[in-house]
Amino acid sequence: MSKTISQKIVGMNGDEAVAFAAKQSQVDVVAAYPITPQTIMVERFSDYVANGEVDTQFVCVESEHSALSACVGSSLAGSRVFTATSSQGLALMHEVLYLASGMRTPIVMAVANRALSAPINIHNDHSDMMGSRDCGWIQIYAENAQEAYDWTLQAFRIAEDHKVSLPVTVNLDGFTISHAMEGVAVLEEEEVGDFQGKRNPMFKLDLTNPMTFGALTLPDYYSEFKRQQVEAMKNAPPVIASVANEFQEISGRQYSNVSAFNMEDADAAVICMGSVAGTARTVATKLRKQGKRVGVVKLWQYRPFPTREVANVLSKVKSVGVIDRAISFGAPYGPLCSDIASTEVLTGIQAKIFNVICGLGGRDVKPSDIEEIFETALKQAKGVPIDDPVTYVGVRP
Amino acid sequence: MVTLKELPTQELFGPGHRMCTGCGPAATARITMKALQKPVIVVNATGCLEVASTIYPDTAWKVPWVHTLFENAAAVASGIEVSLRKQGKADAVDIIAFGGDGGTFDIGIQALSGALERKHDFTYICYDNEAYMNTGIQRSGATPYGASTTTTPAGSKIAGKTDAKKDLIGVCVAHGVEYAATASVAYWNDYITKVRRATAVKGPAVIHVLAPCPLGWRFETSETIKLAKLAVQTRYFPIYEVENGKYKLSMKVPKPVPLEDFLKPQGRFRHLFAPKFAKDLEELKRQVDSNWNRIAQLCGEIPAQTSPSPNQPAS
Repeated sequence: MSKTISQKIVGMNGDEAVAFAAKQSQVDVVAAYPITPQTIMVERFSDYVANGEVDTQFVCVESEHSALSACVGSSLAGSRVFTATSSQGLALMHEVLYLASGMRTPIVMAVANRALSAPINIHNDHSDMMGSRDCGWIQIYAENAQEAYDWTLQAFRIAEDHKVSLPVTVNLDGFTISHAMEGVAVLEEEEVGDFQGKRNPMFKLDLTNPMTFGALTLPDYYSEFKRQQVEAMKNAPPVIASVANEFQEISGRQYSNVSAFNMEDADAAVICMGSVAGTARTVATKLRKQGKRVGVVKLWQYRPFPTREVANVLSKVKSVGVIDRAISFGAPYGPLCSDIASTEVLTGIQAKIFNVICGLGGRDVKPSDIEEIFETALKQAKGVPIDDPVTYVGVRP
Repeated sequence: MVTLKELPTQELFGPGHRMCTGCGPAATARITMKALQKPVIVVNATGCLEVASTIYPDTAWKVPWVHTLFENAAAVASGIEVSLRKQGKADAVDIIAFGGDGGTFDIGIQALSGALERKHDFTYICYDNEAYMNTGIQRSGATPYGASTTTTPAGSKIAGKTDAKKDLIGVCVAHGVEYAATASVAYWNDYITKVRRATAVKGPAVIHVLAPCPLGWRFETSETIKLAKLAVQTRYFPIYEVENGKYKLSMKVPKPVPLEDFLKPQGRFRHLFAPKFAKDLEELKRQVDSNWNRIAQLCGEIPAQTSPSPNQPAS
C-alpha cells in the first residue's frame, strides 16, 4: 500500500524538526527550560512566538521542574501542551513525570537524549530516559529528524486519545539527531490540523463543573488508580497502530511499534533504538552481501514494551545482540536487554541473547563496532558459547 | 473593611474536612473562599490543608481544585493562568495558590520566585503555622528563633531553633510585585480586605497569613484565634501591606502586650522560661523588636536609623 505523496523537503536538524512539528500541532501552551542539546527546540519555538507565527502561550520557566509542573497545570485546564528537555533536566523533572502520568495529562515532550552526570557530559546516550523508564509515559524513540518530526505529530493524537490519556515522550539522540541537518519531508499545516483535530479533554478544571484533582489517595483506592494507568498503557498499542495508519495515508510513511530489517531468514540480529539503527542496517546490508544472514530490529515504541511484536520478529533468529546505550548499575543486563530477556521468558522464544553496552556519553558507535556485535551473534548462532553476557564495545578495557 | 453581612453564607470550603480542631489554616481557607468575588480555581501545595481536605473519594472543595506536588504550586498556577489566557478566560477567573510555610519559604520558593518574575496573574497565599506540621512539626524557614520542633528540639544544651525567621514578604517585594501583605487569621476582615486587594491586582500578589497550629505550637485548641491576635498585639507578627513597594502597617500596636503573653501558652516556647535559656528568650525578644522596628521604619512609622541587619542573632 503505497502512494506518491508530494511533500516539501525542508533542511532541518532534529530539534528544529520537533519545534516545527509542535508549531504545526498548534499547541496552546509551551513551558520549557533550555538544556543542551534540546535548546534549539525552545529557541526555534521562541522565534515562532516572536514572529507571531503561532498563537501559543510560551512560558520560559525557571527550571525543568517548573516547566513540567506548568505543563500539568495547563493540561488540566484543557490546553494542548508541549515541552522538551534532556538529561539533567529530565532527571530534575523526575517526580513531575510520575505526576503527569498519574494525573493523566496528555502532554507531549521531546527528549534530546543525553548522558547523565557525573562526570558531566553533554553528548548522547539513553541514560536520561532509561532512568525514568518506569514513569508511566509512552516512550517513543526516533532514528532521525524525519522520524522525530513524524512521531511528534502522531504523539499528540496518541496522548490525547481518551482511551489512553497519557503523556508521551519522543526521544531523539542528542547531537546525532538533534543537531544534524537533514532533509525532512513536511506536511502542510492544514493537513496536520485535519489529522490531529483539537484537543477535547475528558476532564478539566471547569468552573461550571468543579472537580478535585490530585486528592490524597490512601491504601483503600491507590492501587485502583495505578491499575487504571496500567489499563491505559495497555490501550495504547491499538491507538498507536490506528494513528500510524492514518498518518501513513497523509504522509506515505508507515510507523508501528517495531521495525524489522532483513529478519525473515536471519540467523543473527541486533536490536537497538535510536540513531544506531541506521548504522546497524548499513552494516547488515554489507554482511548480507557476504552471505551472512543477519538482520536488525529497531524499537520505535519502548513503553509500552511491544512484547508480542518483539517475540514475533525474534521467533526464528538464533542469536541476538541487544544494544543498550545506558547502564542499569548492578542489574544483570542493561535496560533494553532486561526487557528482551523478559520477553523470552514470557513468550518462550528461544533465541540466545547477549548484551552490548556502547555509545555512552556520545562515544561514536562505529560500523566496525556493529560488525563486531554481528560476528559475535553469528558465532553464538552456531553454538559457540559467549564468555560474558554483558560486553562493552568501543571501550578501553 | 468588610462587614459580616456582606460575606456570602455559601461555604466553598465545606465542612466535613479532616483538619484538626482549632486549625488556623482551615479557618484561613474558609475565610479566603468567602472573600473571593469571582469564580476561582484553587491550586494547593502538598501540606496539611491538602491532605486533610481531599481524602479520596471525599473533597471539601466546591470549586475546581488541584493539588500536584509540594514545591510547585506557583508553577502549576502559572500553567493554569496561561491556559486560561489562551482560552480568553483569564480575566474572569481568580487563581489562588495555597502553600504552607514549608511549601513556600523553603522547597517552593524557587517556583514562587519564577512565577512572580513572570508576572502571572494569580494570588499566592502562604498559610504560615511556622513549621512542617503535616509531617510532624519539623522546623522550616518560617520557624522562629527558639521554637522547639522535632528537628530543632529544645535539649539540655540547645534552646530550640538557632536561626531566625525568613522575611518572605521582603523576598516577594524584591520581585516587584504590585501587592503583598501579611495578615493574621484572627483579624478576618483585615484578611478578607487583603485577599480582595490581592485578587484585584493584574499580576501576581502574595499574602502571608499567620495561622496558628494547636498541635505544633502546643496550645489549647480553643485558643487559636486568641494566639493569632496576641501574635499581632505583641508585635511578634506585624501585619502590613506593600503596594507597589510602599509599606503600610495595618495595625500600629502602640502599646504592645508583653511577648511572654504570646509565648507562655505555647509548649514550643516553654523551655525558654527555664533560667538556663534566659539568654535565648532575650534573643527572641531582640529579634521580635528588631523585626518590628524594621517594618515600622519601612512603613514610615518611626524614623529610619542605621541598625544591625534584621533578624540576625546578636554576636
